[in-house]
Amino acid sequence: MVHRTVDRASTIGLGEGSDEGSAPRRRENLLARPRPPKVAAVSSAVASVRSGWAVYRLPRSLHPVAWWLWALGIMTAASLTTNPLVEGLLLAAATFVVVSRRDDGPWARSFRLYAILGAAVFVVRILYRIVFGGGDGDHVLFTLPRIPLPSVVAGVRLLGPVSLESILYGAYDGLQLGTIIVVVGAANSLASPRRLLRSLPAALYEIGTVLVVAVTVFPQLAESAARVARARRLRQSSAQARSWRERSRLVRGLVVPVLADALDSAISLAASMDARGFGRAPAGSRRHRVMAALTAFASVGCLMVFAYDLVSGTLPSVALGSVVTVHLRDALLVAGVLAALLSIRLSGHGVRRSRYRPDRWLLPELLTVACGFAPVAAVAAVGAGPDAAALSPAILPTLDIPTLPLPLLVAAVVALLPSAITPPAPVATSEATA
Amino acid sequence: MITLDGVTVRYADSPVAVLDDVTLHIPEGDLALVAGQTGSGKSTLLGCLTNLVPRFTGGHRTGRVVLDGTDITSAAPRELADLIGYVGQNPLAGFVTDTVESELAFGMEQLGVDPSRMRVRVEEVLDLLGITDLRRRALRTLSGGQQQRVAIASVLTARPRVLVLDEPTSALDPVAAEDVVSLLSRLVHDLGLTVVMAEHRMERVVEFCDRVILVSRGSVRSGEPREMLSVSPVAPPLVELGRRSGWSPLPLTIRDGRRTARAERTAWREHPPVLGTLAAATGEGLVADGVVVSYGSLVAVRGATLTAGAGLVTALVGRNGCGKSSLLWAVQGSGSRKAGRITIDGMPAVPGDVALVPQTASDVLYLPTVAEELALADADADRSAGSAGRILDELVDGVERDQHPRDLSEGQKLALVLAVQLVREPRVVLLDEPTRGLDYAGKAALTRILRGQADAGRTVVIATHDAEFVAATCDRVVVMAEGEIVDDGPARDIITSSAMLATQCARVYAPVELLTVAEVLTARAAS
Repeated sequence: MVHRTVDRASTIGLGEGSDEGSAPRRRENLLARPRPPKVAAVSSAVASVRSGWAVYRLPRSLHPVAWWLWALGIMTAASLTTNPLVEGLLLAAATFVVVSRRDDGPWARSFRLYAILGAAVFVVRILYRIVFGGGDGDHVLFTLPRIPLPSVVAGVRLLGPVSLESILYGAYDGLQLGTIIVVVGAANSLASPRRLLRSLPAALYEIGTVLVVAVTVFPQLAESAARVARARRLRQSSAQARSWRERSRLVRGLVVPVLADALDSAISLAASMDARGFGRAPAGSRRHRVMAALTAFASVGCLMVFAYDLVSGTLPSVALGSVVTVHLRDALLVAGVLAALLSIRLSGHGVRRSRYRPDRWLLPELLTVACGFAPVAAVAAVGAGPDAAALSPAILPTLDIPTLPLPLLVAAVVALLPSAITPPAPVATSEATA
Repeated sequence: MITLDGVTVRYADSPVAVLDDVTLHIPEGDLALVAGQTGSGKSTLLGCLTNLVPRFTGGHRTGRVVLDGTDITSAAPRELADLIGYVGQNPLAGFVTDTVESELAFGMEQLGVDPSRMRVRVEEVLDLLGITDLRRRALRTLSGGQQQRVAIASVLTARPRVLVLDEPTSALDPVAAEDVVSLLSRLVHDLGLTVVMAEHRMERVVEFCDRVILVSRGSVRSGEPREMLSVSPVAPPLVELGRRSGWSPLPLTIRDGRRTARAERTAWREHPPVLGTLAAATGEGLVADGVVVSYGSLVAVRGATLTAGAGLVTALVGRNGCGKSSLLWAVQGSGSRKAGRITIDGMPAVPGDVALVPQTASDVLYLPTVAEELALADADADRSAGSAGRILDELVDGVERDQHPRDLSEGQKLALVLAVQLVREPRVVLLDEPTRGLDYAGKAALTRILRGQADAGRTVVIATHDAEFVAATCDRVVVMAEGEIVDDGPARDIITSSAMLATQCARVYAPVELLTVAEVLTARAAS
């Protein structure tokens, strides 16, 4: 601000002048009137913040893991409450972030499918309540003719009186499930699973590549099936025999060429990958390989004993000092996971392979994850406080109007923040998705 | 640069060696063209350079392969990734990732190239191949020519010293093919790359190549293009003309040809040779009126009206993706058709009237032997046993009845699919890109087959890119662009007036309207 006032004063002082002449004279003016040191410091701070913000806002794709963690947080919060107001807010937040931050890749368009699926789940849940009833209360909305059923299926009823309570049960459930589905869709369209696979650790690179290839090949398979099905129609006789033999022939006519095609393309893909060096990176030094194998073995051992104890419950707790008591089973779980992580790290050690434009983990990623987990924190706080009932509004015996405690409202707004505080998605070239 | 020393390749349970004691040397910086008839072992020879044969094909290989002084005989293909770049026949089948940029980086990631170097190289190669604006595109949405460029780019980023390509232009329209060939020639000249490529349609490549490697029946000869082409069993029309005319040196470019044929051309300009008269239609044939095909918002055919007279062979030409295939499928009745009326000899078409040979002919075949396919076709069409077999024998000789249809040569496969469809006695025969993978002899055989069908009173329509084939086979040419029919006329008029469709002979003798070697020879005999 300070900087700008000085600027304006000097330009006004110049009066009319050609554009070429104005720049040097303005500088002169500034030099003639030295600014106080404090103003200079503030203005340089403002300038650096402004340039920092400009760099921060440069369009780029966020690290895929950040989006998935953000979604995981929202999903966790959504699954901890049945309050329709909270669910609705979370749903809106996730949708808004998707709309403002997805790129224009093919995956980004998948969000619509998830939204449709979520809506379908919601509707089906309500229909289910209308047809089968359950959780019925006093507020009967309307009565459908009841379909009598034989006594064998006593306890199941079809149609009959439909109460508000019953429908609300269905609606709350459906909204919760629908929200979770939509949030998964949000993560999917913000960061495609393919990009997520690319950020796997080096030791899992081969598996990741195989999965990526599988994802790529799948649409090809569908395409070649469509092509063969079309070609097959060329040979169909005009008088269609509907015999079993005829049908098996039709299936064979589709399956054989498609499989032959798939096999051919698998072999040529494998040849191409090999010719381009896939699998050539050596697996690190012998020492690392041995260590990796040992830690993997230790990890599996720990986890097996843990699983055994989960069922049998024979391991004791160990007291560490007078305050802390550690259950041996939990210790095994932690040790097993740590050993697994160490093993992955060791086996990836010394692999001579590199990543093209790896996704970076910077401040926006951290903020996004934090925003995603804000609702979880809010739900936990509300659950521990006096408003705990607001998390699951009662329907029976008394019908409560859902309320929205302030922390939950704030948390939902925070979950929405990534739509503003993250850098925008890169704009692809004009024909990117032609 | 590359030396093969006594290389022999034999595939399982085959008594004949595909390559028999081959010794070959390809010097550094050469553009070498591998030529030969279909099934002569061109792909096998290329596979030996990259060590993909026998690792991915099975079979047994003996002998030594030396690259720049290093014996690479037993090296795995992945160990050669930074020395030899390989681009297969179908670029789409070799793509590992989904976008252009990540595809370019894939090879370097495997080699462990430093990320900042990697970034620089990707930018360089994008510029070098002129595909910068494709960088974020999904690979599946690219056109054939663009895919081929990206495939070449994706191996170039690993900085190989040799580039091996298997029929890089066979699926492309003439313009895209020309583009890819001139790109390769530029790489040879600018980067000093050694390029080895196999190609059926040699006419585009011979003028650029430094060396021709002839593969025939297991033996390999290599040498100067002129020297090799004068004895080659496969030769582009211009070379064929030069050989028949006894021209020396053999012309490789249109310019050479025009210079050599100057006298003859001037003479013919003053006294035009008597050209064969145009075959007349024996009936109204096929009329497809106002056909519209659209997929979602994409309009493939925009109210096209296609007429093809009975007893004539009509060519449907146009660049890749202009709607040729969609139109053919719509006319046949199996493809989608939003609007349009199909009549044959004035009567509405009924199923079975129109036969179609699809682009991938083998899609129609799914039984384990040729005999079973033929029997099924007979049963489907309610014809006596052996009808389809007789048609097949008329089309080509000696197709073994107990062979697997997938093991047939491209030409035989085409004939089998045709026979299976012809047994229903359709009045119209449509073919979608039938010449892909056929050598000159195969194309000549196909020409004979299709002329035979037209003479029998059928209407034949061929969608194709192959100008030489059109000139030798077709009576009329229909030109399509952006889903519309933009030109329609006698083959001679269209071919001689078009810069892209003109055959080599037409270019050499322009403005005299001679299309093929056979016509030139006839004209010469008459004058």
